Amino acid sequence: MNMLEVTGVSKHFGSLRAVDDVTLTVAPGELRAIIGPNGAGKTTFFNLISGFFPPTTGEIVFDGEVITQLPVAARVARGMARTFQITEIFPELTVRENIRIGVESASGLRLALWRSRAEAARVEAAIDEMLTLTGLTAQADRLVGEMSHGDQRAAEIATALTLKPRLLLLDEPTAGMGEHETYQIAGLIRRLHKNSNYTIVLIEHDMRVVFNLADRICVLDQGKLLADGTPKEIADDPRVQAAYLGQAE
Amino acid sequence: MSGATTAAPGSRRMAERPWLQLLIIWAVLLTVPLWLPLVGGYTALAGRVLVLGLAAMSFNILLGFTGVMSFGHAAYFGLGAYGAGLTLKFLAASTPLAMLMGVLLGGVLGALFGLLIVRRRGVYFAMVTVAFGQVAFYVAYSWNDFTGGYDGLRGFNRAPLHLGVTTIDIVNNGTAFYYFLLFVFAVAVGLQALLLASPFGRTLLAIRENERRARFLGIPIERHIWLSFTISCCFTALAGSLYALLNNFADPMGLHYSLSGEIVIMTVMGGMRAFWGPLLGAAVFVVLQDYISSMTVNWMSFIGLIFVLVVLFFPRGLLGMLQRREGA
Repeated sequence: MNMLEVTGVSKHFGSLRAVDDVTLTVAPGELRAIIGPNGAGKTTFFNLISGFFPPTTGEIVFDGEVITQLPVAARVARGMARTFQITEIFPELTVRENIRIGVESASGLRLALWRSRAEAARVEAAIDEMLTLTGLTAQADRLVGEMSHGDQRAAEIATALTLKPRLLLLDEPTAGMGEHETYQIAGLIRRLHKNSNYTIVLIEHDMRVVFNLADRICVLDQGKLLADGTPKEIADDPRVQAAYLGQAE
Repeated sequence: MSGATTAAPGSRRMAERPWLQLLIIWAVLLTVPLWLPLVGGYTALAGRVLVLGLAAMSFNILLGFTGVMSFGHAAYFGLGAYGAGLTLKFLAASTPLAMLMGVLLGGVLGALFGLLIVRRRGVYFAMVTVAFGQVAFYVAYSWNDFTGGYDGLRGFNRAPLHLGVTTIDIVNNGTAFYYFLLFVFAVAVGLQALLLASPFGRTLLAIRENERRARFLGIPIERHIWLSFTISCCFTALAGSLYALLNNFADPMGLHYSLSGEIVIMTVMGGMRAFWGPLLGAAVFVVLQDYISSMTVNWMSFIGLIFVLVVLFFPRGLLGMLQRREGA
């Protein structure tokens, strides 16, 4: 069964068709990249999947269940997590506190006024595991707002991962980053995909990242799905070259 | 008691010494009746600091630790005062019952009103809280027969505390009443500290820091803001009921938006990101008010000037500034 099935999904803002009749499926364990020129509707498409707003038409099925009209919290509860183009973190808290809020929320401790010793130990262990996974152990007690762009992004991904998501949506994870930071985040995504077997859909502008990481690539252009295939197929597709790659050169 | 949640942004927690802060605060509060007369104060003034400090700290659960601004918190303070006063006047001469009724009146109305407004944000939230506060003000102002109207509610007295084996005279003994206030204050802020250091308290910080991220971690934002608002109203109403006991009087100005503004000033001046900041702000405010108003009726202009200077030079408030210096 597919992890995500999107069928004929459109989103209209007035007369603008931001997303226009897009159909695609994502298999469990797959790393899918979505690329396209600016304004192609990529982030709008992400917002439809994650429940920011409902689609105008079409259906979204997540792990066998129709979620088209479900609100954000219900999708999170079913195992969907996302990061944002502009990093969304808790800036005046430390990395550890950022992650702790995620772990506690995912453990159903949202209304708890008290943690038992066993619970506290389990939460702290989960935090340490997440710090190790994202390579932030040495930075655990720094305020996230004071860290480098790349580390902030890693912290955001760590916080999203506390939900143990079955589908992880990453909106331009390397946006605005330098060479070194892009390398750092691409390495993290690769580890999540290869070692931890997460199902990931990411929007990305950096073509080296996309063609190195992705199992399959979707190309959006003016809201429409222009192409869907392996990196090789996409690189060889003349329509894609015309619409996107040629323009980017 | 302060714990991780009170760490001032910008300062390292390692460098802070919360136990030292606690030691100083409680040493000062416990010895007030000994030294206050020596510096020209009187115990009732310290009582005002405790009561308004509790109100500001309760308000700060909402502003400082949830990131939501209310400009109508005097409403719950005043409702607490009227709840306590009306209980003593018409129901029974029991101080604990008066406090309970004050908390219930302010807390229940806060909870109901909160349901209507949790979807509002920012300035819209603040505006509707002002509106509700003024509704409460005009009800108390106009209902002459029940609330005493413009003149306020008089004709009640706090009752002695009966503890089974002994009776504590908090009616005529000012020092005993101060320690009674301090005891209630300690229990209330102890509960607040536990609340803010709990997983629930951390969800409030999450909402303050980044509502979108919090929502995408599965935290039901509206429900948690409502809980924070309701809890804040209950504690503010408790402070209001203590105010009625302190003065043996409740008046409509206790509901007025000008008092809401003063609560905001105390909180911001003291430091809204520091757990004890609002108490320090209340102390500075009350003492300055007492001192300057003995010299001029325009005391508010001077307090306003000092507030502006504090905000300009210590944007994190007085305690925020001290913590930062200590951490540097």
